[in-house]
Amino acid sequence: MTKDDRLDAILAAHAGREGALLPILHDLQAEFGCVPADCYQPIADALRLSRAEVSGVVSFYHDFRDAPAGKHVIKLCRAEACQSMGGAEMIARLERALGMKIGETKGDVTLEAVYCLGLCACAPAAMVGDRLVGRASSERIEALVAEVSA
Amino acid sequence: MKVWVPCDAAAVACGADEVAAAIASAAGLRGEEVEIIRNGTRGMIWLEPLVEVERDGVRHGFGPMTPEDVPALFEAGDHPKALGPVEDIPFFAKQTRLTFARCGRTDPLSLADYEAGEGWRGLRRALDLGAEKTVEEVTTSGLRGRGGAGFPTGIKWKTVAGAEDAQKYIVCNADEGDSGSFADRMLMEGDPFCLIEGMAIAGLAVGATKGFIYIRSEYPHAIRTMVAAINAAQSAGIIGDSLMGQGPAFDLEVRVGAGAYICGEETSLLNSLEGKRGMVRAKPPLPALEGAFGKPTVVNNVLSLAAVPWIMTHGGAAYAEFGLGRSRGTIPIQIAGNVKQGGLFETAFGMTLGTLINEIGGGTASGRPFKAVQVGGPLGAYHGPDDFDLRVCYEAFADQGGLVGHAGFVVHDESADMLALARYAMEFCAIESCGKCTPCRIGAVRGMETLDRVAAGDREAIELLHELCEVMEKGSLCAMGGFTPYPVRSAIRLFPQEFSRIEEAAE
Ligand SMILES: Cc1cc2nc3c(=O)[nH]c(=O)nc-3n(C[C@H](O)[C@H](O)[C@H](O)COP(=O)(O)O)c2cc1C
Ligand code: SF4
Ligand code: FES
Repeated sequence: MTKDDRLDAILAAHAGREGALLPILHDLQAEFGCVPADCYQPIADALRLSRAEVSGVVSFYHDFRDAPAGKHVIKLCRAEACQSMGGAEMIARLERALGMKIGETKGDVTLEAVYCLGLCACAPAAMVGDRLVGRASSERIEALVAEVSA
Repeated sequence: MKVWVPCDAAAVACGADEVAAAIASAAGLRGEEVEIIRNGTRGMIWLEPLVEVERDGVRHGFGPMTPEDVPALFEAGDHPKALGPVEDIPFFAKQTRLTFARCGRTDPLSLADYEAGEGWRGLRRALDLGAEKTVEEVTTSGLRGRGGAGFPTGIKWKTVAGAEDAQKYIVCNADEGDSGSFADRMLMEGDPFCLIEGMAIAGLAVGATKGFIYIRSEYPHAIRTMVAAINAAQSAGIIGDSLMGQGPAFDLEVRVGAGAYICGEETSLLNSLEGKRGMVRAKPPLPALEGAFGKPTVVNNVLSLAAVPWIMTHGGAAYAEFGLGRSRGTIPIQIAGNVKQGGLFETAFGMTLGTLINEIGGGTASGRPFKAVQVGGPLGAYHGPDDFDLRVCYEAFADQGGLVGHAGFVVHDESADMLALARYAMEFCAIESCGKCTPCRIGAVRGMETLDRVAAGDREAIELLHELCEVMEKGSLCAMGGFTPYPVRSAIRLFPQEFSRIEEAAE
């Protein structure tokens, strides 16, 4: 399937749905790893919106990317419960160990902040790909990163 | 042998899947017949993965388990992680579990388990009583919104019931963004049919035929479980064209957020649901009258809706017997952060803060002295030991310049840097502001800068910070900008020396 076919398939799957824009954007990101800017106009046409409205929605939400992330996305919780268990120090150690900062992509790895994963009673918390990590340490996360990127 | 290993995200994050796999392989090696049930969590998160083994009809707990601890489960003699009968563990035994009665006991997606644990009784009774009496029952219970604002649920439902429209909606707010909160997640992963039942009752009560559950994208496990539970309830004919084959139509759909804290605010959530930017709407119009897609809409938190099946089963008066003052019923408290025994503790309103932290929570995890607890999420105030006799209820915390909110309690030990936490509060507001009003959008950024100046020893900065907090509190449209001053001011009030330390050092 070409890129246009894949986009059309996603748009068709949500045809007639109330408030379809967010579900469409989620599906697009699952398909392409991001919401490509050249999709704004076709989405706008399908939902009878302006291109600016679609672009405004994409930019409002933290989840939507304009370019794909690294193959391995590591989300580190910065919120208060994780801070109380040394989360900020853990993040700093991990940044040093991986030689990159939150918000950056290096090779296959993207480091991101997240604001609470609902794992506040087993803090600090992180997510390595789909995998949740409670009682996290920088060593443990480094080991998991090494494991998935091996 | 019958064994339970929780499938809750917190248990999984602590290694429950690995433990379950180790149990299966150990059983295989020994040729023993083992039935492994993936239950929800009991909420004793510090013990996760908490494995339960049935012995003489009683479920015994073992935790926190590692794969290495598994072989000993099959051997005679004392297990090093043995906890005794799981429901006798004081943290569990001391609770009044109404909303969470089934959570941790059952297989979350088993309709048979749900039915056996009083499931669908509330809905059946609502179908018998009819819409008006159902709203009355919820009003009698005294239930107030568990999402933070504490608005009486019965009154909200009555407004929507009274609105004339062919299309009305029930929207469940499962955006749970507060640090320290995980009760919504735990319920959706551990007892999803309870939420479905609560929403079905709400639909029946107000005449809504469609419900949306708006779940934050940070909760992939909860999303999966809710979708599977909705499918199961549809296939069983419980929801869909007719509630239980005898009532009106009511169907449900999960919608996924996209990483915006502000979408927990109900009008922002509605915009997001409609496919728009999550900007906060001015009120009026109330969502009850013009909500989702402009139609009359009940917006309720997961826990508000999940309290309803118990209320309908046992009666509003029975629920109202629990509690204190105008805070009726039970509150699922989430105690988290730097605390020895973190988890979910459902209890009647009225427990003191000190009891909660020292007895239930067991003090700090680090063993260092307690310093402060932030109550009600990132917009809630910090409280010190002087507040230990405060009782957990809406009024008492409001009187102290704080809030109970969604009842997340985040404990900090003496190593906490209050200036850094105050700055974080402003930073979080700057990151998550919807951008609609200036005091919040710009004020939060100025707040970070001003706190940096405080840290650098600027004498005038504190005064400026107080003025800024005043402007944010008075001039913001919603509680994001309006309450961010709570953690900031309370931190300064409790620990003034931390906001002038550099200045002293410089002198
Ligand atoms: C910034 C902000 C964030 C909020 N986040 C949530 C949330 O995550 N979950 C929730 O149920 N309510 C949240 N609320 C409260 C909702 O606006 C609303 O009061 C609630 O969903 C109503 O349901 P209830 O009456 O059952 O509590 C938030 C409010 C504000 C101002
Ligand atoms: S206070 Fe902040 S989040 Fe609330 S409406 Fe104003 S800008 Fe938006
Ligand atoms: S604060 Fe980090 S998981 Fe909740």
